[in-house]
Amino acid sequence: MSTSAIIMMIIAITLIWGGLAASIVLLRRHIQRAAQDTDSTGAP
Amino acid sequence: MANQVREQWATRAGFLLAAIGSAVGLGNIWRFPYVAYEGGGGAFLVPYLIALFTAGIPLLVLEYILGNRYRGSPPIAFLRMSRPTQALGWWQVAICFVIAAYYAVVIAWAVRFTGFSIGQQWGDDPEGFLMQDFLQVAAEPGMVSSYVSGVVWPLIAVWVVTLGILALGVRRGIERANKIFIPLLAALFLVLVVRAVTLPGAMSGLDALFSPDWSAITDSAVWVSAYGQIFFSLSIGFGIMITYASYLRRGTDLTGSALVAGFANSSFEILAGIGVFATLGFMAVTGGIALDEVATDGIGLAFVAFPEIISNMPAGSLFGLLFFGSLVVAGMSSLISIVQVVIAAVQDRTGIGRIPAVLCVGGAIALASILLFPTEEGLYLLDAADHFINQYGIALAGLVVVVVVSWVLRKLPELQTHADEASAIRLGWWWPVTLGVITPLVLGWMMWDSLRSEIAENYEDYPTSFLLSAGWAVAIGAVVFGVIMSFLPWKRATTESAEEPADETPKVSR
Repeated sequence: MSTSAIIMMIIAITLIWGGLAASIVLLRRHIQRAAQDTDSTGAP
Repeated sequence: MANQVREQWATRAGFLLAAIGSAVGLGNIWRFPYVAYEGGGGAFLVPYLIALFTAGIPLLVLEYILGNRYRGSPPIAFLRMSRPTQALGWWQVAICFVIAAYYAVVIAWAVRFTGFSIGQQWGDDPEGFLMQDFLQVAAEPGMVSSYVSGVVWPLIAVWVVTLGILALGVRRGIERANKIFIPLLAALFLVLVVRAVTLPGAMSGLDALFSPDWSAITDSAVWVSAYGQIFFSLSIGFGIMITYASYLRRGTDLTGSALVAGFANSSFEILAGIGVFATLGFMAVTGGIALDEVATDGIGLAFVAFPEIISNMPAGSLFGLLFFGSLVVAGMSSLISIVQVVIAAVQDRTGIGRIPAVLCVGGAIALASILLFPTEEGLYLLDAADHFINQYGIALAGLVVVVVVSWVLRKLPELQTHADEASAIRLGWWWPVTLGVITPLVLGWMMWDSLRSEIAENYEDYPTSFLLSAGWAVAIGAVVFGVIMSFLPWKRATTESAEEPADETPKVSR
C-alpha cells in the first residue's frame, strides 16, 4: 500500500469508528445523568 | 388502534440495534465499496463525511422526531403534523410495499448461494450459472411467463421467517431478532474481513480503495454519488425510521441515537469496503489482471465476482458461507423494517391487531413478491422497479418531505425543540440550514440529473413499453396510492390520539 493510501485508511477508520465510539459514550453518559437526575428529584 | 396501548421497545439499545439493522443492508456491502473506489478512493471520504453531516444525520434526526413526536406510522404521523400531508405517509407506505417485494428475492438468492458455496456449484462459469442455470433469465425483458422453482422455495422461506418475526411484535419479534442479527452480522463480517486482508494481493486492493484521487472532489458527479450513497444506505426517506421511532418513549435522546445509528452504518460500510477490496485485490493478483477490470458492484459483485474468487481461494467454501451468510442477515434485518412500515400503517389505519395485520398485509406483499419475481423475467422486473422506486420514490419523497416540513409548514423550530428537550447535543443552527437548504438543493439536483439521463436514453436500454409498465407505472402508482388513501376518512379519535400511552414498560436504562 502507498503511504497516502495508508494515511487515508487510518483517517477514515479513526474518524468513522472513532465517531461511533464517541457517540456511544456520549449517549450512555447522558442516559446515566438523566437517570441520576430522575432519582434525585424523586420523579417517577 | 387509537385506544390500544402502542407497543414500545424494551430498551433503547434494542431500538438502536433495530435502527442499525435496518440501515445496514445489501447496499453497505455491495454498493459502498465501489462507489468509494469510483469516487476518488480515499478522497471520497471528504464528500462522504460532509454528506453524512449535512444530509444523512439531519434527515435521520427529522424522521426520529416525526415518529417520536406524533407517535405513529408515516400516514398518521404526517396527518397529526398537518392533515393534508398524510398523502406523503401513504406514498412512503406504497414505496415500502414495492421495495419489500423485490428486496426479499435478493435475500432468497443469497440463501441459495450460501448453500452453493459449500460445493461451489457455480463451477468455472459463475455468470453463466447465475443467469442461465439458477435464475434462468429470459432473453428479453417482459412480464411474467414462467416460474423458477429454485428461487420460489427459498423466497417462501424468507417470507415465512420475516412474517413470523413480525407476528411476534415489536419487542418480542423485531427487537429480539435484531439482538441476534446484529452481533451475528458483526461476527460473520469480522471473520470475513480478517480472512480477506490476509489473502495474497489484499494490500493492492486496499491501495486501490484508499489511494486518494483529489481531483475527484472537484467533480460534481462524485458529490451527487456521495449524497446518494448516504441517502440510500441510511434507510431514510421511506418512513422506516418514523415507524421505529414511534415505538420509543418520549424523552429519548433522539439526536444522540441518530449519531450512533449514522456512525454505525458508516462504520459497517468502511468494514465492507476493506473486506470487498481486499478480496478483489486477491482476485486481481491471482488472475494477473488489473484491479479496475475486476472492480464492480451490485449483483455482479456478489453473485458473479465473489463466487469466482471463492473458487480460487483456499477454504473458499467457508469464505462463501461467511459472505453470503452476511448478505442474508444484513438483508433480513432491513426487510423486517421495510415490511413493518406497511403493517404499522394498516394497523394504525384500521385498528386491527398485529397478527391479522401481518397475515393480511405481510401476506399481500409476500404474494406479490412470489408471483412476480422468482420468474424468468424477475431480474428485469426487479431492476426496473428498484431503479424507479429509488429515484422517483425514496429520493423524491425525501425531497418533498423536507420542502414541506421546512418551507411550507415551517415546522423545523417546533421539531427542533422536541429533540433538544431530551438530547445531550442540541441541534443548533446547522440542523434547519442543512434540512431547509442543503438537503433540498442536493436532492433536487439528484432528481434533475436522473431525469436528464432518463430522457437521454432508456434505462439499461430496456424497451420503452417495459419501462413504462415496470418502472414509471410503479413509481407513479405509489404517488397515486398515497393521494387516494389520504382522501379516505379516519376515525376522529385516531387522528387526535398522539399522547403518550400509559407507561407499562420497565424503565429503560440503555
